[in-house]
Amino acid sequence: MKLRGRKVVGGKAEGELIVSRKPLSFLGGVDPETGIVTDAESDIRGQSIAGKILAFPRGKGSTVGSYVIYALKKNGKAPKAILVGEAETIVATGAIIAGIPMVDGIDVSKLRSGKRATVNADEGLVEIEE
Amino acid sequence: MYLTKEEELILAGEYGYALQKAMEILVALGEIYGADRLIPIKSAQIAGVSYKNIGDAGIEFLRDFADAGAKVSVYTTLNPAGIGDDEFMEKQMQVLELYRRMGIETTSTCTPYYGANLPKFGDHLAWSESSAVSFANSILGARTNREGGPSSLAAAIVGKTPNYGLHLDENRKATVVVEVDAKVETFVDYSALGYHLGKALGNDVPYLRGLKPSNVEYLKELGAAMAASGSIALYHVEGETPEYHRAIDDRLETITVEESDVRAVREAFSDDWSEIDMLLIGCPHASLAEIKEIAELLRMRGRPLKIPLFITASRAVKALADALGYTETIERYNGRIIPDVCFVVSPIKGWYGGVATNSGKSAFYFRSFGFKVRLDDVDNLLKEAP
Repeated sequence: MKLRGRKVVGGKAEGELIVSRKPLSFLGGVDPETGIVTDAESDIRGQSIAGKILAFPRGKGSTVGSYVIYALKKNGKAPKAILVGEAETIVATGAIIAGIPMVDGIDVSKLRSGKRATVNADEGLVEIEE
Repeated sequence: MYLTKEEELILAGEYGYALQKAMEILVALGEIYGADRLIPIKSAQIAGVSYKNIGDAGIEFLRDFADAGAKVSVYTTLNPAGIGDDEFMEKQMQVLELYRRMGIETTSTCTPYYGANLPKFGDHLAWSESSAVSFANSILGARTNREGGPSSLAAAIVGKTPNYGLHLDENRKATVVVEVDAKVETFVDYSALGYHLGKALGNDVPYLRGLKPSNVEYLKELGAAMAASGSIALYHVEGETPEYHRAIDDRLETITVEESDVRAVREAFSDDWSEIDMLLIGCPHASLAEIKEIAELLRMRGRPLKIPLFITASRAVKALADALGYTETIERYNGRIIPDVCFVVSPIKGWYGGVATNSGKSAFYFRSFGFKVRLDDVDNLLKEAP
């Protein structure tokens, strides 16, 4: 399956998908030391986003969340790429300062955790293994 | 979004890493929100100052950015800092030092307009403190979106911001008319009205009828409470604020605020004095006029307070209060003016259990932190306090 979105931050990545159906808050929602999702309302609570291709509909919560994304990168626990339905300030800014490839305009409901994905953020292209 | 030749070069990294990252943030936001181009700004006000809020991750980001040679290109001030234990204060000082290295004035206040960061009508800004954003947009007629910390810092470095949202005429029009059919006369009445409207309206641009504020502090408080309980960044008051006469050109929905709405807010924050162990005035930071009023009320009261009174204010206002003798009077009655900090962004849980305040914004936050809260006007508070 091929999906086309829009580049928010350029770059390329390949890895296993982790998909959240719910909006994700990074401040208080993801542990910057481990990359494990702690947000009580999240459907991927307890799972790690480290080294994965992270997909979710949109960000929520405090704007300080941008710094949490930066900390994940510094700690080697960041996702390899971020795919969202709709980009907003917090996640976009976090991805930029951390240098994580990011694509928006992706219909997250079509994605399944565990599949392999190839992301070419420069072109806004996402390819999912069938 | 259209970029000039120079902006393209900055984005390509020709001017170094810091400017490139800053430009990437602005361009991404411009694309997200459909801006046509970047526009120059006159000043910036940066959130993300309290160590309680930004943590070690924020310090690391700021250090990397400052080490890369990031420097602001417009007049830039900071949001209030936090106060805490020694370990906290050491980190807090690191944050301020990093901002100073980037050329930012480390005056840390939510009222930069009481100092040198005073915009004029029509100026474009990149400000990121919700009450200051409301003041700049509504009372001064300057133009700023509700920026986050990193986006206001990026704008300060580049000296520009993407042209969208409240920078555009069409988004500054009212979206709802509010008939105020209630007695709204005092500071706390305005606070309670703002608190009610923020919850009722979310992110509308309200046009308020029926208000006659006797001073600018009442409007400051109205906007701060609206921005805390909702996300209102601009409001108009008929006959009062600078853009009201061109704010309405459509048939708009009208809502009415009744006496009971305002009273309900006041009653929601009426915990007993026995549960209150500190008084807090200055959210947003107090003006010189507010401090003068407190000094006079304390002199009339004639006996020192048994619980401490904290007044938060900008360093500029504190210096004036010192020079004019108000600080000395306030200290004589067990009060203190604390410059450049904010209790809402300080780890003070456990230091106090109940707060009496005249601020709807603080009432809202302290209640959410689990404090007992008593909301009333400063003359009543200073008359009744133990």
